[in-house]
Amino acid sequence: MTLIFPEAPLVEADGLHTWFELRQWGFLRVGAVRAVDDVSFTLARGEAVAFVGESGCGKSSLVRTLLGLHRPTLGEVRFEGVSLAGLKGAALKAYRARVGYVQQDPFGALPPFLDVRRILAEPLKVHGVKDRAERERRIRAALEEVRLTPVEEVLGKFPHMLSGGQQQRVVIARALILEPALVIADEPVSMLDASVRVEILELLRNIQHRRGLTLAFVTHDLATVRHYAERIFVLYAGKVVESAPVEDLLDAPQHPYTRALLAALSDPDAANATRLREVPGGEPPSLIDPPAGCRFHPRCSRAMEGLCDREVPPDFTPRPGHSAACWLHL
Amino acid sequence: MADTLLKVEDLALHYRTRGGAVRAVDGVSFDVKRGEALVILGESGCGKSSLARALMRLLPRNLAHHGGRVRMGDTPISELSDERFRREVQWSRMALVMQASMNALNPVVKVGEQVAEPLRELKRWPRRRALERAAEVFQRVGLPLDFMARYPFELSGGMRQRAVLAMALVAEPELVILDEPTSALDVLTQAAIMNVLKELKRDLGTSFILITHDVATSSELADRVALMYAGELVEACSAARFFGEPAHPYSRLLMKSVPRLHERERPRAILGQPPSLLDPPTGCRFAARCPERFARCEASPPAFVPEGGTGEGAAESRHRVRCWLHAPSRGGEHG
Repeated sequence: MTLIFPEAPLVEADGLHTWFELRQWGFLRVGAVRAVDDVSFTLARGEAVAFVGESGCGKSSLVRTLLGLHRPTLGEVRFEGVSLAGLKGAALKAYRARVGYVQQDPFGALPPFLDVRRILAEPLKVHGVKDRAERERRIRAALEEVRLTPVEEVLGKFPHMLSGGQQQRVVIARALILEPALVIADEPVSMLDASVRVEILELLRNIQHRRGLTLAFVTHDLATVRHYAERIFVLYAGKVVESAPVEDLLDAPQHPYTRALLAALSDPDAANATRLREVPGGEPPSLIDPPAGCRFHPRCSRAMEGLCDREVPPDFTPRPGHSAACWLHL
Repeated sequence: MADTLLKVEDLALHYRTRGGAVRAVDGVSFDVKRGEALVILGESGCGKSSLARALMRLLPRNLAHHGGRVRMGDTPISELSDERFRREVQWSRMALVMQASMNALNPVVKVGEQVAEPLRELKRWPRRRALERAAEVFQRVGLPLDFMARYPFELSGGMRQRAVLAMALVAEPELVILDEPTSALDVLTQAAIMNVLKELKRDLGTSFILITHDVATSSELADRVALMYAGELVEACSAARFFGEPAHPYSRLLMKSVPRLHERERPRAILGQPPSLLDPPTGCRFAARCPERFARCEASPPAFVPEGGTGEGAAESRHRVRCWLHAPSRGGEHG
């Protein structure tokens, strides 16, 4: 199935840098944490993408930059062609209504002192839906959409009375209630049990298809991505090292880091217990003082001296639609 | 390999709460052979961490009931007094790596000293000898020796997890219980830790009980798998059988819910939720979610019996299932 998107992309990230300054005694600049370091991509309307990476790779900073919670140090995010940098006041508020956010920890994301009705009414009130009956109608519709039924029973419940999966459905309903064009989900199922995970991912995917919205997942789990996204971006130490359509990336990874990730993962099989896995030595680098050249080179078994440790690899295109920032593809 | 290290019968741990007794572990039986790795697999709230606590006698204050018979080698350890259990079994013969314990290291004591501590406390070893032994264990778990003089905050998550593992191993226990040892770690670090465990199992002949909710991780170490649901074991069998062709409907559904890297078949969710452990159903606890249930399932609880009926060798069979579909008395009803 090929989808063609004739319009302009929904989101364009252009040379995005999100650095956090480190200061000593509150004023002396001593360096920066380069959480997002020159990342560019576009998200089309109606597509689902996944950002994959280990903790500390900058994926949450990237998400927060897209949400407009961090101002990029350099570069810009354009949403429907308009740069976020210039948004203020009413325009910024309008942008926030166009972007839904699904947090990682549903229990932490829901205020414990509000019942489900009030939790879902909050964004409507903030964005000026004054008519009580209209709010009630939309709240019920949202709960129906995330299949939290019977709605009547759920409305009066407080978060602690719901299971983890139900809590996450409330979070999703809240993210959808203002009818956003883009939904960003930061590890939406990592806190949930295996049997519930699939339910939530299917739900997100169905809603995305039905509404034609753009869905950006953040995850550390490559195994869950295949059925729930069309493209994957692999992040390492603040940079996108590889991006490709899902099947292409999982079946023919081109960057040594992606290959290492895939080699470390297993499908359940009794034979796994008898073989040691190949794991690159070392650990992800500090984002304050990342290695010169390719950031993966100190751990890479195929690093080429004089090249990988000196020159930052640009994006190569080993296959159509598949890009990898690795000198092996020169 | 053949002899049994641990034999657990009818283990129970109930908590007292305002709503009544929560039957977190409710009559669990299994055994572990020497050098064997048993995975206790289960979703959150099924009682798997309570099972570890019940084995180690790390009992909570709101205890309602702790029972069952546990033998370790020739010792009936459930008969021992608390004092003798603490002196002779806890940490020295049976050690536990608790969930997220890598974050529970003492921040102001050097890692090497902490790893040596069990020897000094339990066995009254002198400091120097204990540190020498700690150094050996450091190497075993892949920690550089100069890390002994570092403080926990100077170590990454993966390194701290190795240190906690070293602490559990330092007194040379025959059985190490690992409660979600890798769930807070990144993919590559997880794989590295699982490699360490595989090497320990191969080289030291230590027995392991690995407690996890993650099916893929469980297959990295398991010789055998025991699946837990709502306080009970529902199936226990060899890893090959479990990951290949499990017998219990819950096992089969669970395997189908796992997203796979290299398969195009979509994973399927298991609908519904586990029952409350305050007042579990009288029949099979999985019946409400089971697509294969029939009248008997909701009426009376199935026993945990050898799979394949009462035929020859069934009594010694180590494949057990708690399901009316596999009950011996139904053998004649098929075909």
